Amino acid sequence: MESNNSLLTVKNLVKHFDISGGLLDQLALENGRVVRKKTTVKAVNAVSFKIMPQETLGVVGESGCGKSTLARAVLGLYPPNSGEILYQNQRIDNLRPQQMLPFRKKMQMIFQDPYASLNPRMTVNKILAEPVYFHNKSISTRAAKEKVAEVMRQVGVDPAWAGRYPHEFSGGQRQRISIARALMVDPEFIVADEPVSALDVSIQAQILNLLMEAQENRGLTYMFITHDLSVVKHISSRVAVMYLGTICELAPTQRLYEQPTHPYTRALLSAIPELGIQKPKHLKLKGEVPTPINLPSGCVFHGRCIYANERCIEEIPRLIKQDPGAYVACHGAEEKRI
Amino acid sequence: MRHLLEVKDLEVKFALWSGELTAIDGISFTLDRGERLGIVGESGAGKSVTGFAIINLISKPGYISTGQVLFEGQELNRLPEEEMRTIRGNRISMIFQDPMMTLNPVLTIRTQMVETVLAHENVSKAEAFDIALDKLKKVHIPSPEKRIHQYPHECSGGMRQRIVVAIALLTNPALIIADEPTTALDVTIQAEIMDLLLELCESEKMGLILITHDLGVVSQITEKVIVMYAGKIVESGSTQAVVQDPKHPYTQGLIKALPGIIPPGSRLNQIPGMMPNLTEIPAGCAFHPRCTISDTICSAEVPALISKQQQGRMVACHMIK
Repeated sequence: MESNNSLLTVKNLVKHFDISGGLLDQLALENGRVVRKKTTVKAVNAVSFKIMPQETLGVVGESGCGKSTLARAVLGLYPPNSGEILYQNQRIDNLRPQQMLPFRKKMQMIFQDPYASLNPRMTVNKILAEPVYFHNKSISTRAAKEKVAEVMRQVGVDPAWAGRYPHEFSGGQRQRISIARALMVDPEFIVADEPVSALDVSIQAQILNLLMEAQENRGLTYMFITHDLSVVKHISSRVAVMYLGTICELAPTQRLYEQPTHPYTRALLSAIPELGIQKPKHLKLKGEVPTPINLPSGCVFHGRCIYANERCIEEIPRLIKQDPGAYVACHGAEEKRI
Repeated sequence: MRHLLEVKDLEVKFALWSGELTAIDGISFTLDRGERLGIVGESGAGKSVTGFAIINLISKPGYISTGQVLFEGQELNRLPEEEMRTIRGNRISMIFQDPMMTLNPVLTIRTQMVETVLAHENVSKAEAFDIALDKLKKVHIPSPEKRIHQYPHECSGGMRQRIVVAIALLTNPALIIADEPTTALDVTIQAEIMDLLLELCESEKMGLILITHDLGVVSQITEKVIVMYAGKIVESGSTQAVVQDPKHPYTQGLIKALPGIIPPGSRLNQIPGMMPNLTEIPAGCAFHPRCTISDTICSAEVPALISKQQQGRMVACHMIK
């Protein structure tokens, strides 16, 4: 991770959530004495990566692995506990809200559920014009209206429907409107958190095509969060695989799918249901994902890994370069045991 | 040979204030003992309603207007509710999408399982407990003696769905209807549950109806598949044949729309438009406004589901010869 022409750089990002509640909830009895205990969910632990301009970084992982927390932390929606986030070599994680404003215009987000992410009491016109007015106070009503119509056309929604409310649209149309809202301020970088998970297959293809088109036409950079491994394979140039708040493998898409190195990546990829293949032999993982409240020592995956040894239980593996651009956090891969 | 389940011209309507709408429009299929059938379609295609109609659980304002559901020779849609109860949850079990919604959060797993056994079988509580424990072992729950005394919230999502499967097995059903059983689960857990269902169907000689939107899942464990669109079957046949060589333009579109078929980064083949609302199903073939090969006949005449080319392959399309 040496070059610094990246659009976004994340260094050792940590995000923990305190869930211990009020003082009384924190008190516990230990050896006959009352002690005060804090409970924290360790959602993201020392994650580092870079996103290059105009690429799509896919982030995959199962529920609870911290991928959405990571996405929000990157956009500054959650203040990180430690670590650095640099946007075009400028630190943005320690900025005051006012200083952050120009960056917010460059970074936008698309959410999973198009039913929950659009205000039901605002017309489409209002939903789309709001970010424009917010970031450009001097814009005329007419110019804003034209902008709304232009972006609506780009995402394939008839501008004549601008006066309608979200409930009058189908799920796919609503997701188009969510995408339009993100595009309204002409951003450079879009974080898409499971943007097609709530949609049917035929609609999913439409939305993915729309996202790829927008990327080509506008030179966008995406951070694409999803649990769907075939979607991520299709749309990403590089993929980061997350497990329990850490990145266990980060590699160019083709390399990751053809030569998965980390044992977790292998298990994950073997579990994808593929068309026309019956009786799959997928790699079974023993046990279940541990809770992020009490992280396992060493490699967070060691309890479920068939290759785990003493070192894996004690020492946290770092992301180590395997080939140009391909990184794996696994002692086994480092020692060439796997 | 008598089929385990035979659905004949089933039609389900919903009587709404604004008029009647047809959720299922004359579908027919059969299922034999130990056979696994997939029902595929997008939201609103009528796949879940089909599942509910089989066990006569269509709630008002919906009703079965015509057709028959024959299960082990009995006509289920005409059975009085009391007799239906000896079949539903007993000979036919159902598994739903979200295990947290299916399980009662305030009862232990033991209570829920024993209750189910006692409702259907004439056994003592202790015997019911043994049956419950035995089924938990069958679905490979680690340390079932401990788990059975726990509450659903103490188990993970995959574990909960295993428990739901165990509950479905309690009465040794001949048929399991699984409605999107893995949609709420992660891929690795989904693969485990699918393996489990496949294993159980084979060892217990159970029939399985797997309702899902995921063609990948269907192609893994089912032998036959039905593709539904706007309340009708548009294509059916052996899973391998349908997946590898889809005939109906809708099935073709569905398969081509999947990422992973074409080179990464290229445009996906999208089906234009969207599934019509059930109140405004287009005349003729319901798919014709979205179809790329439709002709004048498609908007005029409803295509019949007829056998085309191969044995056991049925397609409802005017354009396929």
